[in-house]
Amino acid sequence: MKASIKSLAVAGILACLSPLAGAEAINVPAPDFTLESRSGENLRLEDHRGEVVMLNFWASWCGPCRQEMPLMDELYSQYKDLGFTILAVNVDENREEAHRFLDKVPVNYPILYDPESSVSELYEVQAMPTTVMIDRNGNARYLHYGYQPGYEDEYEQQIRELVRE
Amino acid sequence: MAATDRRQLVRSGLLLLLALVPFGHQAIAATLPVDNVDVLYHRYDGGGMVIDGPSVLVRKGIGSSVSFSGQYYVDSVSAASVDVLATASPYEEERNEYTFGVDYLHDKSILSLGFTNSTENDYEANTVYFSVSQEFFGGMSTVTMGYASGWDEVGRVGNDSFSEEADRRNYQLGLSQVVTRNSLVGLDLEVVTDEGFLQNPYRQNRYIDPNDSTAFLYQPERYPETRTSTSVAMRALYYLPYRASIRGEYRYFSDTWGINAHTVELGYVHGLTQRWTLEGSVRYYSQNEADFYSDLFPFENSQTHLARDKELSSLSGTTLAVGAVYEWKQTSLPGIDRLQFSLLVDWLNFDYDNFRDVTAAGDFLPGEEPLYSFDAYVTRASLILEY
Amino acid sequence: MRSLSIFTVSALLAASFAVSGCSSVKPWVKPYERDNLADPVMSLSRHGKADSYMHHVYQARESARGAEGGSGGGCGCN
Repeated sequence: MKASIKSLAVAGILACLSPLAGAEAINVPAPDFTLESRSGENLRLEDHRGEVVMLNFWASWCGPCRQEMPLMDELYSQYKDLGFTILAVNVDENREEAHRFLDKVPVNYPILYDPESSVSELYEVQAMPTTVMIDRNGNARYLHYGYQPGYEDEYEQQIRELVRE
Repeated sequence: MAATDRRQLVRSGLLLLLALVPFGHQAIAATLPVDNVDVLYHRYDGGGMVIDGPSVLVRKGIGSSVSFSGQYYVDSVSAASVDVLATASPYEEERNEYTFGVDYLHDKSILSLGFTNSTENDYEANTVYFSVSQEFFGGMSTVTMGYASGWDEVGRVGNDSFSEEADRRNYQLGLSQVVTRNSLVGLDLEVVTDEGFLQNPYRQNRYIDPNDSTAFLYQPERYPETRTSTSVAMRALYYLPYRASIRGEYRYFSDTWGINAHTVELGYVHGLTQRWTLEGSVRYYSQNEADFYSDLFPFENSQTHLARDKELSSLSGTTLAVGAVYEWKQTSLPGIDRLQFSLLVDWLNFDYDNFRDVTAAGDFLPGEEPLYSFDAYVTRASLILEY
Repeated sequence: MRSLSIFTVSALLAASFAVSGCSSVKPWVKPYERDNLADPVMSLSRHGKADSYMHHVYQARESARGAEGGSGGGCGCN
């Protein structure tokens, strides 16, 4: 126990000196949550156990989100029949802003609302957007911070890998 | 497993993963400026000067880490200012400026490099600049460091053998810090050094005619060949409980010519509707005069350096500005993501404490003319299209 | 040279400030809490070239120059 605390402390210090890289592999259970969705019903992460879940945190004011969401929608339509879904958590305080955004950037995947930031806190969201790839067993496997053109290829590669497992 | 335990796990997973990433600085997802066209019409009208013209900037990204920009800028000058009327005749001229820049996103930093060339019939200015900008501390802090180097060639209309040079270096440091969800502050520092021919070759200063104390004569300006200035500015911006912001800025300036200046500015931006915003601001500026400035020297060559350039006089200036902005995000226009149109009008007023108007009507003894002052309107119409 | 050393010292101070925030204090405004900061009314350089034009207007009529800001950044919204 002592050793693990020590290693955590070291990791913490190093974290201060390290960039939060675009994408990294991890393997930890994804914390469960329940949020209201755009359709009005509550969606729970646990209920998607057995599916590959792309958990995406976005905001209407986030420029890169606007770039990646249409691309994510393509991935959604391409892989949703293979046991894949996207849960897109909107962090706007004002839901109207999200709706206005979605009118202009229409997507078919489920949108969840987190106006109190409880799920964003739970996942310690470090950037806008943040994407977590969750495997069929409910483990978070890949983390993406921000979006730059080309990330969609990584997303697709990881979705393919996790869908096959 | 309780949610908090899982949270711990996510945290430890994250920290361990970070420990494996090579050395760098904590920074998150810097982004390059988006592709855009920035078209501006500007007009300055006051104090006998009318200066107007267009400016067009085009920015285009290549791949995900490089963005190029090019700007063309014109000043069409029609000059009949107090300086011109006193010792010369009104004139017209044009200044053209080209800027090429490249921004490079590397490992969460943005590196910018650029070159500007400005030409008019009697002056050519070249500048290269380099800057690095990086976000720290979870994106709450942004540090920008910049360096610019300029070399100018000063000519004189009607005198082809006249050719002088001036060099300039700028060192810039900026920190922008998010303080709360509703406020941010900025701190800027800039040191500028000049060397060479720093005066305006057309302007002259005056001294009392040794043969007639009720008259004055003109002699050429003579400035020091070096100048170093330091500016420090602080800004704060606060988001009000409704969709509006207030802004406060203060800048202190000091240079080796003995000039100290203070600038204070207060601004307010009001969200009228989703797309329309109105803004207004007040700015006050004051400076004392340069060590070698005088409105009227007692006799010819009375000191080493001589200046009667009104910009070096003790002066104060007030600006009142209003503007309206129409911003359309996610437009329905083909190929255009965002459109912003702004109309901005500024009224400027300058009062000189030790620069007298020698063109004033009436009979005045040297040094007893009325103090000079003028006002001007600056109009800007700007269209920004992001694509 | 005197002002150069002022510049260097300030640069170091600012840099250490930016980095030191990390060791004991954590960023307290989270990326998902920047709705208001991302609003264009909170931009210091919203008008693009129209803003830099104003700096030019003042530089030609006043002795003061520099530290006009407009280097952008601040929100960390992306």
